[in-house]
Amino acid sequence: MTGAPSYGYFEHEADIGVIGRGATLADAFVAAARAAFAIMCPPEGVARAARIAFDFEEDDDELALVTWLNLLLAHARERGLVLGEFALARDGRRWHGEAWGEPWSAHHERGTEVKGATLTMLSVRRVPEGWEARCVVDV
Amino acid sequence: MNIERLRPIDEWSWSLPKAPEETRGEVRLYAGRELIEHMDDKVLEQITNVAKLPGLVGAAMTMPDAHWGYGFPIGGVAAFDPEAGGIISAGGVGFDISCGIRCLRTTLAAADIAPVARALADSLFANIPAGVGEEGSLRLAPRELDDVLTGGARWAVGEGYGTEADLEFVEEHGCMAGAKPEHVSDLAKKRQRGEMGTLGSGNHYLEVQVVDRIHDAEAARAFGLAEGQVVVSIHCGSRGLGHQIGTDYLVSLAKGAARLGISLPDRELACAPIRSPEGQQYIGAMNAAMNCALANRQILAELTRRVFRHFFPGASLETLFDVSHNTCKPETHTVNGRPRLLYVHRKGATRAFGPGHPSLPARYRPVGQPVIIGGSMGTGSYVLAGTAESENRAFSSASHGAGRAMSRNQALRHWRGRELIDELAGRGILIRTKSMRGAAEEAPGAYKDVDLVAEATEKAGLARRVAFLRPRLCVKG
Repeated sequence: MTGAPSYGYFEHEADIGVIGRGATLADAFVAAARAAFAIMCPPEGVARAARIAFDFEEDDDELALVTWLNLLLAHARERGLVLGEFALARDGRRWHGEAWGEPWSAHHERGTEVKGATLTMLSVRRVPEGWEARCVVDV
Repeated sequence: MNIERLRPIDEWSWSLPKAPEETRGEVRLYAGRELIEHMDDKVLEQITNVAKLPGLVGAAMTMPDAHWGYGFPIGGVAAFDPEAGGIISAGGVGFDISCGIRCLRTTLAAADIAPVARALADSLFANIPAGVGEEGSLRLAPRELDDVLTGGARWAVGEGYGTEADLEFVEEHGCMAGAKPEHVSDLAKKRQRGEMGTLGSGNHYLEVQVVDRIHDAEAARAFGLAEGQVVVSIHCGSRGLGHQIGTDYLVSLAKGAARLGISLPDRELACAPIRSPEGQQYIGAMNAAMNCALANRQILAELTRRVFRHFFPGASLETLFDVSHNTCKPETHTVNGRPRLLYVHRKGATRAFGPGHPSLPARYRPVGQPVIIGGSMGTGSYVLAGTAESENRAFSSASHGAGRAMSRNQALRHWRGRELIDELAGRGILIRTKSMRGAAEEAPGAYKDVDLVAEATEKAGLARRVAFLRPRLCVKG
């Protein structure tokens, strides 16, 4: 991978498709998380004041993407946080995720709530530049 | 959609012919030619996949507002027989379990609200938690949340949100039987802690509307609707809890499908036999989420009344009806002259029982169940009534909304939130939202023509039009 991790979107009639790209699988997942959370709030406006961390086990790469995104969404919602920075490490089927953000407040630009990642148009694949991860998120 | 692939049954219903080697159930689409031609090809692909699931009875169907969803198309209806290996599908219910609309009829006329419209909109916006990151004032301990999950709207009434009189006009009388909070994950319950009494985001809204046109005078009288009358519609669902249940079971059922002997044409259709332990667990959790949604709308209805009471102390806001459109419910339907217990999935589709159905409130039994087609914030919504004919056509189901015609990304390229809100204000529609992005995504032009959807719903025999509601104030998430 020559470039930095990047994210983007693809079309879905009712909801929104997110794409994460990176040199490694974990980098691509992190970029997909940025794509999902940027729908709710531009990440540049989110301070690094609170941290969440969690582990999960999954050996299916595609289901791991969905699980990663859904755990981020659930923990963020549970603690009333908006997240702007993410990290993920993999050891076999074990994954360790972290994210940073702050409680929602009046200064945050409000986007549209992402309620969860779905299995629709879900794919995790190698591309010439590294890895690409995509799925539709429900808003 | 390439309409040449379909065979017309009549002007308002279409079937997909089967290739000789295909082993699937019937596929049927209800809509007029114009709506069908503008549907995405994915709608046909998705409903064809549904027709391959085990235990399907009759056809896998789409309603006139159908659009591309996840697994099932939105606007999809399919019934399964538990005694014939029929399945329950988490994807067939959707993530926002029991999302629906609560409609309140008021004793106010359009002229009553006009002088205070801005203040009323501001007060509703201040008192109805809406949008991403917003929380409600209720904080429930785990045991209290379990009471919500078993009690539904009935629980909310017990807590002082509304009255017993509301419950007669809520599906299942406000409480879905068979809820099993023990099958709901701790994470789902934690997500819900701050979300009771919140509207949410996306296409959810609270609208103050005026009855603009009556189509069916007898049904309108039964529903208590008259031209010029103010009504309030609240569109929301089971919030984070429902979504987490959908997520939890979608992944576990997708993983377990092969073990259960189910070949999934799309993993998003993750399902289990209704009679299996896995199927029963999901049903228990789904019923709990339905109660969460019913309680949520009950709370929001009462918060709305409190705002109106401040401006209009003498006015009343009675529940016209509360109907869900992301559900799977056990219902008895007549198939080939024989009553059968079926599990009817309605994913973005409304139950629409016809006149005389025993589950309807006595007041509505002569005319049929109220059906609400929620439109965009710039056009309007319809109240319809269930028909007897719909039982044979679609297991008593009808459309639920205008249905998207354009993706959210496309809408963002076409509209700017601020400009759109100003334009609607110029037309006398006041929008209150914290999200300019959300306003642009929900632009009226991103939706199908609600008039076409309502007309097709009536012409296809699914429900008949009763009244058209025009928006005046809208709180968007």
